[in-house]
Amino acid sequence: MEYNLTTLQPALPEIFLLSAACLILVIDLFLDKRTRLLTYGLSLAAILGTIAVAIGVSNSETQILFDGAYIRDPVADVVKIGLLVVTLFALIYAKDYLIQQDIYRGEYFTLVLFATLGMLVMASANSFLTVYLGLELLALSMYSLVPFKRDSEAGSEAGMKYFVLGALASGMLLYGISMLYGATGALSFTDVSAAINSGQADEALLVFGLVFIVIGVAFKFGAVPFHMWVPDVYHGAPTAVVLMLSSAPKIAAFALAIRLLVDGMSGLAAQWQDMLMILAVLSMGLGNLVAIAQTNIKRMFAYSTISHVGFIFLGLLAANDKGYAAALFYSVVYALTAVGGFGVLAMLSRHGFDAENIDDLKGLNDRSPWLAGMMMLILFSMAGVPPTVGFFAKLFVLEAVISVDMVWLAGVAVFFSIIGAYYYLRAVKVMYFDKPESDQPLIVSFDSQAAISVNGMAILLLGIFPAALFGVCQAAFG
Amino acid sequence: MSFEKFLFYVFAGILVWSAMMVITRKNPVHSVLFLVLAFFNSAGLWMLAEAEFLAIALVLVYVGAVMVLFLFVVMMLDINLAELRAGFVKSAPVAILVALLMGVQMVLVVGADRFGLSSMPAPEPKSADYSNTEELGLALFTQHLYAFEIAAVILLVGIIAAISLTMRRRPDNKYQDPGKQVVVKAKDRLRIVKMEAESTQ
Repeated sequence: MEYNLTTLQPALPEIFLLSAACLILVIDLFLDKRTRLLTYGLSLAAILGTIAVAIGVSNSETQILFDGAYIRDPVADVVKIGLLVVTLFALIYAKDYLIQQDIYRGEYFTLVLFATLGMLVMASANSFLTVYLGLELLALSMYSLVPFKRDSEAGSEAGMKYFVLGALASGMLLYGISMLYGATGALSFTDVSAAINSGQADEALLVFGLVFIVIGVAFKFGAVPFHMWVPDVYHGAPTAVVLMLSSAPKIAAFALAIRLLVDGMSGLAAQWQDMLMILAVLSMGLGNLVAIAQTNIKRMFAYSTISHVGFIFLGLLAANDKGYAAALFYSVVYALTAVGGFGVLAMLSRHGFDAENIDDLKGLNDRSPWLAGMMMLILFSMAGVPPTVGFFAKLFVLEAVISVDMVWLAGVAVFFSIIGAYYYLRAVKVMYFDKPESDQPLIVSFDSQAAISVNGMAILLLGIFPAALFGVCQAAFG
Repeated sequence: MSFEKFLFYVFAGILVWSAMMVITRKNPVHSVLFLVLAFFNSAGLWMLAEAEFLAIALVLVYVGAVMVLFLFVVMMLDINLAELRAGFVKSAPVAILVALLMGVQMVLVVGADRFGLSSMPAPEPKSADYSNTEELGLALFTQHLYAFEIAAVILLVGIIAAISLTMRRRPDNKYQDPGKQVVVKAKDRLRIVKMEAESTQ
């Protein structure tokens, strides 16, 4: 293909973000402690700019670039804009936390920007090579962010664990990819899908490769039985990093699953449907049951993530456009909710004190009624209580599952959601009916306050008008 | 058996053997050296497959640069092997069982009937003036340009990550400042004290 501004136009979001990240990396070098806040401002501007560019290049057509390595379609647009918005929230919440914990360094912002770039690459990958490189870009940035607080032993341990297990999962994914490449002789998803549908490729070899690819995807999602890293990493990493780790990558993981399983291997849907079903049931069961026993709220959120991943898989395994749209809606909503939840934890932390136990929420209503209200909306949304948006996310997924005659699966999902509601409501009870343990006033900066208000209101308003976002998701899989 | 086939089995045999040695040696330095041997043999295999550039790059980059660095690090680290092997015997039966199962499955699926010469024929030998390097360069900068660029970004992130994880200012560290060392004067270091001579009786 020819390379000029017209042919490269669909890839402008990635190009813009990469240029901005490199620029910020260099500018940060010349800042001292007092002016380093500029890095934060520039990073926000870079994300905002990328959102604007992504909206600018979005349209209803499908464009394939770079000899089939890159695809821009409505799904990529929705995923990109969704994860960029969530990253914006994560950066705003992270700033004050980083300053208070004495870990405000420019690398946090550059690494987050590069991780975001990796997610964008994954969202519009159209070949095994691109999807793998995007994943590694995201993972490598995250591996180095987890032990960001270098004096913390738990952080280093979590980083090591994440790195070793992540490398193992990448190896699995690569092995599966090599099998599929061997069976189909193609890297681009368009050709792989054509080769599978033609029936020429060896079935046993395809399924053998598919198993490894599903393992890789499940690990990146954190689905049971590949969830071991999630609680430890969430627990050990600084809240500012968990903000980033728990939110936007879930949308990117959804894109990863769509690209690999749907774009590349829709011909093997019958096989991966069964695999995802096992993963979904195990994730919802174990996630919700073990979360009840947690006293550390970061661990509790980690297990709740695992159970939410089960729901995303439910939408995917319906294997029709309705199910994919529901899963996309669910992952965007979950990311928005999770970033808010960890955002509140970041705001509750002070110098030398990390809010990470459920007891730290005690009496939040007396200390800051507005923050407690926002946290309540977030927890209600996670539990799936109407009128918050979490209710509709669950509803759409269940609807998709029932539409393909898997009523028992919907029953299992509802059963475990009801169990899960217990630990969310317990946190709400602690906020509203318990006496505060510390009477220190909460100091929350203006930008965090504004962001959490927008975040909480979005959860409420999207719950009252879910069609606004769900319509976009449906149109993407039109 | 043609000479080429004989060479293939020699290289492949030593490769598998040295790979086994890498993971079974007690001394990590031996492991690294066996890994170097494994790299040399896989370079030989690539040479047989007419991928000369990759074969030479493997030796130059991996053996010449990466493994030497590895050796330095391994020699500098004080690895306590007894501690590393503590859980080995306990988890060995399960591990061996899982490995055997996986091995059997892999042999069944990835056997000669699927990846044999009949289903995956060897490529036509190219003429002597065919340039492997040129082809590789062309593919990298046209067909795989996007992947190439992202790989570059991943390397950049690797640099940032390594620096952000290891570079730190420790106030209690002792270090030399060559700039200050150069401008030092004799009187900064040496104090001449005049003393009255004393009788030695």
